[in-house]
This record gives sequence, C-alpha cells and structure tokens, in this order.
Amino acid sequence: MNFDPRFSGRKFASVGTRPIRPDGIDKVTGRARYGADFNMAGQLVGRILRSPHAHAKILKIDTSKAEKLAGVKAVITAADLPDLTDGDAAMYDVLDNCMARSKALYDGHAVAAVAAVDASTARQALKLIQVAYELLPHVTDVDEAMKHTAPLINDTIFTEGLEEKPVKPSNVTKRSQFGHGDVHQGFGHADFIVERSFKTEQTHQGYIEPHACVANVSSDGTADLWVCTQGHFVYRQHCAQLLGLEASKLRVTSSEIGGGFGGKTHVWAEPVALALSRKAGRPVKLVMTRDEVFRASGPTSATSIDVKIGARKDGTITAAEATLRYSSGPYAGTWAEIGAMTAFACYKLDNVKTVGYEVLVNRPKTAAYRAPSAPMAAFAVESAVDELAKELGMDPVEFRIKNAAQEGTRSSYGPVYGPIGIGPTLEAAKTHPHMKAPLGKNQGRGMACGFWFNFGGQTCTDLNIGMDGSVSLAVGTVDVGGSRASLSLVAAEELGIAYEQVKAVVADTSSLGYNDMTDGSRGTFSSSMATISAARNAIKILRDRAAQMWDIPVDDVVWENGHAIAKGEKYGNLAALSLKEIAAASGKTGGPIAGHSELVADGAGVSFATHICDIEVDPETGAARVIRYTVIQDAGKAVHPTYVEGQYQGGAAQGIGWALNEEYIYGKDGRLQNAGFLDYRIPVCSDLPMIDTQILEIPNPNHPYGVRGVGETSIVPPLAAIANAMSNAAGVRMTHIPMSPPRVLAAIEAEREGRA
Amino acid sequence: MVEVTLWGALGQLAGGKSKVEVEAKDIRELFRKLAEQYPGIEPWIEKGIAVAIDGTIYRDTWSKELPKGAEIFLLPRLAGG
Amino acid sequence: MAGVAVSTTINGDHVEYLCQPDETLLDVLRDRLGLTGAKEGCGTGDCGACSIILDNRLVCSCLVLGAEAEGRIVETVEGMAHGEKLHTLQQKFLEHAALQCGICTPGFLIAAKDLLAKNPDPSEEEIRFGLAGNLCRCTGYDKIVRAVQDAANVMKGA
Repeated sequence: MNFDPRFSGRKFASVGTRPIRPDGIDKVTGRARYGADFNMAGQLVGRILRSPHAHAKILKIDTSKAEKLAGVKAVITAADLPDLTDGDAAMYDVLDNCMARSKALYDGHAVAAVAAVDASTARQALKLIQVAYELLPHVTDVDEAMKHTAPLINDTIFTEGLEEKPVKPSNVTKRSQFGHGDVHQGFGHADFIVERSFKTEQTHQGYIEPHACVANVSSDGTADLWVCTQGHFVYRQHCAQLLGLEASKLRVTSSEIGGGFGGKTHVWAEPVALALSRKAGRPVKLVMTRDEVFRASGPTSATSIDVKIGARKDGTITAAEATLRYSSGPYAGTWAEIGAMTAFACYKLDNVKTVGYEVLVNRPKTAAYRAPSAPMAAFAVESAVDELAKELGMDPVEFRIKNAAQEGTRSSYGPVYGPIGIGPTLEAAKTHPHMKAPLGKNQGRGMACGFWFNFGGQTCTDLNIGMDGSVSLAVGTVDVGGSRASLSLVAAEELGIAYEQVKAVVADTSSLGYNDMTDGSRGTFSSSMATISAARNAIKILRDRAAQMWDIPVDDVVWENGHAIAKGEKYGNLAALSLKEIAAASGKTGGPIAGHSELVADGAGVSFATHICDIEVDPETGAARVIRYTVIQDAGKAVHPTYVEGQYQGGAAQGIGWALNEEYIYGKDGRLQNAGFLDYRIPVCSDLPMIDTQILEIPNPNHPYGVRGVGETSIVPPLAAIANAMSNAAGVRMTHIPMSPPRVLAAIEAEREGRA
Repeated sequence: MVEVTLWGALGQLAGGKSKVEVEAKDIRELFRKLAEQYPGIEPWIEKGIAVAIDGTIYRDTWSKELPKGAEIFLLPRLAGG
Repeated sequence: MAGVAVSTTINGDHVEYLCQPDETLLDVLRDRLGLTGAKEGCGTGDCGACSIILDNRLVCSCLVLGAEAEGRIVETVEGMAHGEKLHTLQQKFLEHAALQCGICTPGFLIAAKDLLAKNPDPSEEEIRFGLAGNLCRCTGYDKIVRAVQDAANVMKGA
C-alpha cells in the first residue's frame, strides 16, 4: 500500500455539504429492511429459554417433552454448541454467554433454545423444557462484589495485575494502573484538595431495534446469516469459530441497523440461531423481545469511583488521583482500565495516578456503550473539578482552560498529545452566548468536558465504475447513522464528480474483504480513508485508459474535476475526457474500471468536547428538567455536517437520560425489575429541549481530509454537566447517577436539615 | 535504538521496568524483540497491544516505522462503542 | 385454534386475511401481509415504532388484535407517499436528517401525520408532547421536531 494518509489541506467541493442520504427514501417509506424484516422460505421461529436466577448451578436440562411437541423442529442446549474455542478465554466467555454451560450467571442467561413452526408453538415448547437448578448466592453490586465475603462468581479467577499473584480467588479479575509523576508529592503542594466518592448505575444502549437474525445452515457446511450488527465480518469470525464452520463458507449480510451504540458489537443470539438451523435443517429466524434485550444483551458497567484532586491558590492542579471500580458482568472485561485511561485525559497534569478494578457481578455481560467507560469517569472527575473551582473561587471554565491539555502535553494515560481540541472547545464555551443567558428561579447552569480515543482499524472498500459513468461504492463498515451519505461525498470529492453519481452500499462478507467492527467512532474515519484510497487507485486506471484513447503517454494525463486532461501545449487540441466518456469506452480499453483498497486505518485522532447545560429543579419533588443544552466538539473535518450534528445531539440525549433517569434496578433476588421501556425510561421528545451544536474543525493530521471520529465523545460530558448544573440550581452535589427525583429530593432535604 | 514506555501491567512483566530500550525500525520488529527480551510480554502481544508514536495511537499497522527520537508508548488495546 | 377471517381496508385497499385470535395487528401486517414498515421495538406499547392510524386514531399496532381490524380503516407508513411523490412529512424528514438509524421513523411519521391532522399549527411544545409516545434513541429529537415544524408550515400554505 503506497497510500499517503497525511492531511493535505485541500479545498472541498462535496465534502462539507449536506445532501439527502442515499438510503433515505427507503427509510421514510418503510421499505428499508432491518433485522426482523427479512424472511426465508420454510423458516422456523427460534426462541431462547433464559434463567430466572441470578446465580445457579445447572444440574439437568430435560428437553424430551419439548421435543415431542408437534411443530417443534429442534431443541438445543450447551451440548449442541460444543467448546471449539481452543483455549481462547475471551471466546469461551462469548460461548458461555450465548448458552450457559454449567452455571447460569445472571437473570436472563440463555440455557436452552427451540425452533418451531410458529411463535406460539415455540413459546409453548419453552415451557416444556425442565431445568433443574441449584441456587447459589449471588451479588449484583460492584462494591459488594469486591468484599472478601462476597459470593464467588468464578473460583478460577485470581486478580491479574497485582505485584504478587493472590493466594485466593476473587471477583476482581484485574487491576490496572496509569499515570506519571508523584501524586503524594503533588498533593503536598496543593492549597486546596477535593476528595469525593461517586457511584453510577448500569444503563443500556437502548437501541429501538431488538437483536434479530435469520440463520440458514446447509448440510454441506455452508451457511447464511442475515443480521442486524455493527460488524458482520466480526460476527462471521465469531460464529464460524463457535460453530466449527469455515469463515468463507458463512456469508453474513448486515441488515439495516436500528441502533447499536456499541450494543451490537457482540454475538448473543446468532450462534444459537445457527445451531438451531443446523439441527433443524431449516432456516431459523430469531428475534429478541425487549425484555430479553434488557435482561440479556449488553448493558454498560455500574461503577464506584473515588477521586482526589489538589490545586494551588493560583488554580494550577498539582495532583490528581482516582480509583475506579467497574462491573463487567460475570465475565472478565477491561472496562475499568478504559475508565482509568480516560479519566483525566482532558488535563495537563504533572502528577496523576489512576487505578482500575474489573469486578465480576451477577448481571449481563457488559458490552461497549458509546465511548465505553468514559462517561462515568468523566462524571466523577468533572464533578470534582467543579467543586475545586468553587473552593478556589474560580470560574469553572477558566479553571479548566488553565489546566487543559494541549499539543505536547503528556496525557494522563501515557503518550504526548499531538494537535488536540480541548482548549478550543473550552474557549468556544467561554464566549458562547449560552454562557451569558439569564437564569430563572430554581435554575442552574453547568458545564463539563469529555474525551474519547477514537479508533481506526482494518478496512476494505471497492469502488466500481459502471459503463454509464455511475459509481458504486461497496463498504464494509455498517451505516449506523448516515455514513453512506458521507462516504458517497468522499468518493465524489476524490473523483471530482457529483454526489448523485455515487451509490454506496454495505457489502456482505462474501463480496468484500474483512472489515473490523464499526466501533470506536471509526465508520466515517476509516471507510473514508479506504474510499479515498480506492478512488485514487481508480483514477490511476482512468488516466491510463484516457491515455490509450488519446494514444499518448499516461504520464502526460492528469485528473482534474472529474476529467482526464492531456497536459502540455502539444495536446492543445485534445478536449478533456469526462469520467463518463472514459467509462463508456472501457470495454475496448481494457475492461471494467475499478479501484480497490485494503488498509489499516490507523491514526484516528483523539476527540474532545465541552458541553453547557441549564436545568430547572423542582425543590418539592426533586424532578429536574434540562431547559437548554449546547454541545461543542471537534470533528476534525465534518464530512456531512448535518449528521455530525446528529451525533452530537444523540450522544447528549443519551447522556441526559443516563444522568437523570436510566438505571438497571435489581431486586434482592438478583432479578432485573425494570426490563422494559415503561420502567426503564429513556428520554422522550417532551423531556428535552433543542440541542444546540457547534462543530470545531481541528484537522486530524493522519487523515487526508483531516477527519476525526465524531460518534462517541458527545455522551461523555453530560453526566457531569448536569450534576454541575444541579449543584448550581439546587445547592446539592449529587454523587450518585442517575439523579432521579427521589435521590435529588433526599439530597435537598438533607441539605435543608443540615442548614437548620 | 528506541526507548519504549510500558504501561503498569506490562512493566511488571519486564522486570518492573517502565521504560525499555529496543533496537527496532518498525512496530513488527519492536514486538518481536520485546517478546525475545521479555517472554512474559508475548501473550499480551498476541492479545493485542496498541503503540502510540508521538501521541498517535496505532493498533494494527505492523509496518509503521518508529522514527528516531520518537516517543513510543505501549497501551492496552481498547474496545469501543 | 381456528383462524379468524377479517375483511378490512389498509392504505385504501380492500384486504382480507385469516389470523389467529391472539395475533396482534402488528404481526398480521408484518408477517401475513408483508407490510414491515411498522416495527416491533417493545411489544408493550411503550416505544411507538409500530404506530398506525386506525379509524383516524393513532394506535400502537402491537396492542391491537388482528381480528379487531374487521371493517375498519388502517393507515400505515406504506400508504403515506403517492406514487413517486413523498408526503411532505417524509420529504421534510429527509431534508432535516430527522433520522439516523431510521427504525423509529415510520412510527414518527405516522404519529406526526396524526398530530398535524388534528392540530395543523402546533407549537414546539405541542409537537414534543404529541410525539412523546414515540421513542428515538439516535437523534435527541431536535431534528425530528424541526422537520415536523417545517412540514406543518408547508402544509398550512398548501
């Protein structure tokens, strides 16, 4: 690959405009096909039986009665998904999560599954499966799970990352540590120190489309899977490994995806659907219910975080320290590690130390949720930063500007930063009209910052030029929010043609090379890089074909504005050849014209945001309402600004829900009590104001157009921004998320009593 | 010769060092030599390590060159949403 | 169970089908009639993704039985456009990028159509409360509200 990814500072014709998305009409007419909208002839209905217990040994599963029910075509248990993971511990956890092997580890853990001719037969069959459980003591709270007396979820776990290997197993799978300098010394130089402990409850990504797939396994070892996923190539690898199929014989087609936010990066039901289809010899459609989505698919971590920050009178932070405990469900994770890396990433610190503990609990396996782990750490840190600013008598924005990381700063997680946007977002916040708007009674304003890494990764893209001059672009990252529009803009930009001439599709796993998961805000960043590379490869061929048509050396042909141009005075008479003209002649000049690209899109630039929010609190009920909200974030370069704004707004709305309402509520019995949208309340239209956005463009030096990922960072600041606004509106410092009315009211009453 | 900074857990596997010197021209060679010098690190390399070169994080580009005097920082590979 | 014979009108067309007595109208639309525009996000009437209009009333089709459609008039998202010409709401949703993943879009379009039929000149607050029965997890609702406001303005002038 001799593709040069460096930022070139070019002027744009298409990039930065706001055309209508190519998949738009299908989506407003109901024609777009999502996971559950696809059917195959002779398809069966799959259903999964789930453990009602938080922690139980599975003694015996008797499926004989279910198998005898008329219309039942297959019943499977863990025995039908034998362990083929070959010592790969992470994959073994995936397998065990898909179908419990010896123990049910959380309320909702799959233990068996059926395929039947219709839904009612399948439901009936589930009731006929008899599972003998031996109940075990359980633990669902992250702090409880760390105690020595807590029930052990996996007695083979000995904490990794300690100086000496522990002698006893525990629920802490790993300790990680980041930082530099000497915090002890740093705190010694501080005039003011704020030390606080925080908790955040578990939330769900809350995509409106439940997990859905149609699996068809043939007796010759080939298989098809239609599925809503953020990464069909990764699903193929995982499913093939778990089922013992050859990856190239499993064709996975990614449906339109009805929201993912990290929650559709892991297989759950897909290996089960494939195993059912293999056993039944017929296609099987498996769609989760909303109850199953909440009980069994990827929530984020619940956390418990201690933060200590010290500063001198002049406002310089001298030291910062945090201990972060993140639940990972019943399987090992690296969620606290990410929290520990991101916690202080916004700041320039000489002395910083963060320690993360990964904690097992009897809850569903934690999955990524938009900038996973960063919002909770930011909540704790940004709340403490605000408190410290108050103690210093400094404006919270000024205090942050004074301590903001910049180019050349050693980040709290290790490396030194290149050009970054934290300072500019803070400066933009300082001068934003929102900051000066008047506030009413019981209203308060808060602000907070956020950081996310952004990823790149393996990416493959094909660009094919039709004989009519139209261009089809096949990409392998999934379109979670308008990326086919932005990638079409990029192809049009590079080729010098109109946006309407390009048609982008998400190709299936048999039509395109491997692509990593569409995660880490990488969709537009990575696939645009591959699209630029593919377009440049196509342009080489276009120039060559033009040279043939003119019968001149290819070195004399340049590509400008969608045309081949013969360079030099001797070619003065030659009229430029359009892409369309070259394409029309392609049959005679060497056949189809295409550009391909396989690359690792690395060098995703880190991303920063600053949010401002106003809330109004009802002191009688503790209910809070967001009345104004502003997001300021660096996009590097906004390819399709409308969809960039959409990412900012959507992340903010999810953060607002997390801050004020959303939480998993477990009973003493370890069962989830609010597995539905009525009791797990995500923000509705009447809960929110308009969400204003300001896009900053600080080019990423490692992308030809300067693009950075934009999808995730916007969920990082809201928890703290709202907590800081709450402190100003109601005079209470909330340390437990969500700030639901009962918690806020209790805090207000405690404050009143304290004052009385 | 490049100086490579290790994060906490990795440093323990390198005999408690937070910085090590390695003669390597690109990420592939860096990983190979690290595994030779500190066999405990090899399983981590298998699992995936990210390399920050002057602040930019590379996850998969083995052929990425390590410029002289560059700041090389190893980091755990992360999951995203 | 014996099937129930139903004769109804869907998007202006006369339709007959057999369904089970316990089958929802949403399942009938999606599984028997191939009208998959209405989505099942929850099955309990909380998300609005399955919104349809039944005799001029906005309902969640997951809470209506297929048998209840007998003799009634059903409108779904598939009936909003006329040939190639999109409904103003559909056009405005596209122009304002009022959808990201799009799974909630059919429900929002139907709910907005019902809202504007009853209140052609809604305030922002009336739009927000009128659409509060529909969940969207991607957009934060900002662009949806703007699209409905713009559509209302255009439709008033028409």
